[in-house]
Amino acid sequence: MLEKALRGGRYYWTLIGFLSLAMFVGLLAYLFQMREGLTVTGLSRDVPWGFYIAQFTFLVGVAASAVMVVLPYYLHNHKSFGRLTVLGEFLAIAACGMCMLFVFVDMGQPMRVLNVMLYPTFNSLMFWDFLVLSGYLLLNVVISQVTFGAERKGVPPPRWIKPVIVLSIPWAVSIHTVTAFLYSGLEARAFWMTAILAPRFLASAFASGPSLLIILCLIVRRFTKFDPGKDAIRTLSQIVTYALVINVFFVAVELFTGLYSRIPEHVEHFEYLFFGLEGKHALVPWMWTSQLLTFAALIVLLIPKLRKNEKILLVTCFAVISSIWIEKGLGMVITGFIPSPLGSVTEYWPTPPELLISLGIYAFGALVLTVLYKIATSVREEIELG
Amino acid sequence: MDESKRGFLKIAGCSVLGVLGAAGMRTATDVGPGGKAVESSTTLNGKKWGMVVDSQRCLEKEGCTACIEACHRIHNVPSIADPKEEVKWVWKEPFEHSFPTQAHQYTKASLNEKPVLVFCNHCENPPCVRVCPTQATWKREEDGIVMMDQHRCIGCRYCMVACPYGSRSFNWQDPRNALQGGINPEYPTRTKGVVEKCNFCAERLAKGQEPACVEACRKSAGAGALLFGDLEDPESEVSKLLSERYSIQRKPGLGTKPQVYYLV
Repeated sequence: MLEKALRGGRYYWTLIGFLSLAMFVGLLAYLFQMREGLTVTGLSRDVPWGFYIAQFTFLVGVAASAVMVVLPYYLHNHKSFGRLTVLGEFLAIAACGMCMLFVFVDMGQPMRVLNVMLYPTFNSLMFWDFLVLSGYLLLNVVISQVTFGAERKGVPPPRWIKPVIVLSIPWAVSIHTVTAFLYSGLEARAFWMTAILAPRFLASAFASGPSLLIILCLIVRRFTKFDPGKDAIRTLSQIVTYALVINVFFVAVELFTGLYSRIPEHVEHFEYLFFGLEGKHALVPWMWTSQLLTFAALIVLLIPKLRKNEKILLVTCFAVISSIWIEKGLGMVITGFIPSPLGSVTEYWPTPPELLISLGIYAFGALVLTVLYKIATSVREEIELG
Repeated sequence: MDESKRGFLKIAGCSVLGVLGAAGMRTATDVGPGGKAVESSTTLNGKKWGMVVDSQRCLEKEGCTACIEACHRIHNVPSIADPKEEVKWVWKEPFEHSFPTQAHQYTKASLNEKPVLVFCNHCENPPCVRVCPTQATWKREEDGIVMMDQHRCIGCRYCMVACPYGSRSFNWQDPRNALQGGINPEYPTRTKGVVEKCNFCAERLAKGQEPACVEACRKSAGAGALLFGDLEDPESEVSKLLSERYSIQRKPGLGTKPQVYYLV
């Protein structure tokens, strides 16, 4: 099937070239980080995790969200998603790859990263995260390979794949739950010490992931002859609506518990996030932007007439993704460290090398996605046009 | 002497030093096969090592940094000026930061700023050990010291995220460039990208010596604001002090059970 990726038009090759260039720049920045150490990042004693780990957290959500097309199709026989599942699975593959790279570039001693497998440690959530993420990647590679291969040959997929697909559903939930558990079981960090963290992660993932998928579907329709279908996009937008409403509810629940109790350890973090502490407020404008985007998106999504307009929907999906990216990819991780357990307020902001490395990884993900989608759409065109 | 010869001699000299350093590491090795402490006739044995800080006595010489200097010199701890990238095994932290739940609105401002000596608490229930994905940090069964293997550490910093006391330092940059005071060949230096912290001088205990900070404090202050001993031994000085006098621990409510106690 891979040969489909080698034949493309001008747009395709321009995109590939552009992404390769971004990856190359990211690689150069990473070599610089390798030589100098993590001192080239904005991280510090007080804020030991930052942009990389936050991107990882956001992207685990994107990966997990594939379940939102797989579940309706395979468990509820929602026919219109039949054309979409492979796009969801391919997105999950690209996201998993990026997740792994983001963790890798965050390591102080990347050459030793396989020590995690060499000395399996069951009490460490990072070990479990490594395990479930690799497993999820493998599941999606196998499932998409088998089902799409069968579709191409015009035969029904082998029966043994069905239980594997069903397994991938709870597995998707597990990757984001384990990722939330990385944070929520730490006595040192009151901000994350909340049972709502894992459910919140899932809700925001099921809003942002399907939003991204809608955007991708619209792009695919625009640039190829393959149409994922109006009905499928409509259903996806309903999923985004439900997930976003639930996410807003979860955030409200969390804010109530944290703020009504007035336990300083809880309140201070939210204070930093929304108003700033000790005159330091790097995240404040971002967080208010995020709130604004969420509510604007919510209003549009809740009005069926607006939601059904694909142009408006496209803009709304961008708003949803941006809002949740700010929430998870900026606010959630960094704020856990501010103030520090000793009460100092040390701010963090990613440095240019950090941003270039991140850009390189996103470019890698986009490249994987482009190639996989190119294969998917070429094969579909072939099948449909004969 | 021409440049190339000079360069060669430099490399050769460094290699010899390196070999000597490695040999030094061998003799100072505190961990034998299977992670057990290497015992010799002079080894100090304890079932549960603990530290008692006599805050009053420590404050009598407020500007004193003898313990910090001794520890950091002996353990080749780099001196990095940037507070964001500092590496610290033992240091002074203002009272309101080291005991955030103890300070209240009527505490005298001067008391809130009083320096308190802090290090790794060698918790009985260490969060860092719980989260480490490679067992590069572990709790030594026989004496309760929270150990650290810098050769296994992958530098993920999960332990720093989990420690409620800020006791762990990461080598953001190459620490060997910041050893202005010279290198102690008896103790290994570290590479960039790994985490380090106080080890209760496990390497010195193995040779029958008390921790460097305790020794330095006794010699410098003549008073001994730092006391180290076996908490399981009811006859030890630390056990007696803790049963007779009022002492506090940092953040006891978290259930980590720190093994560093503060007399107040």
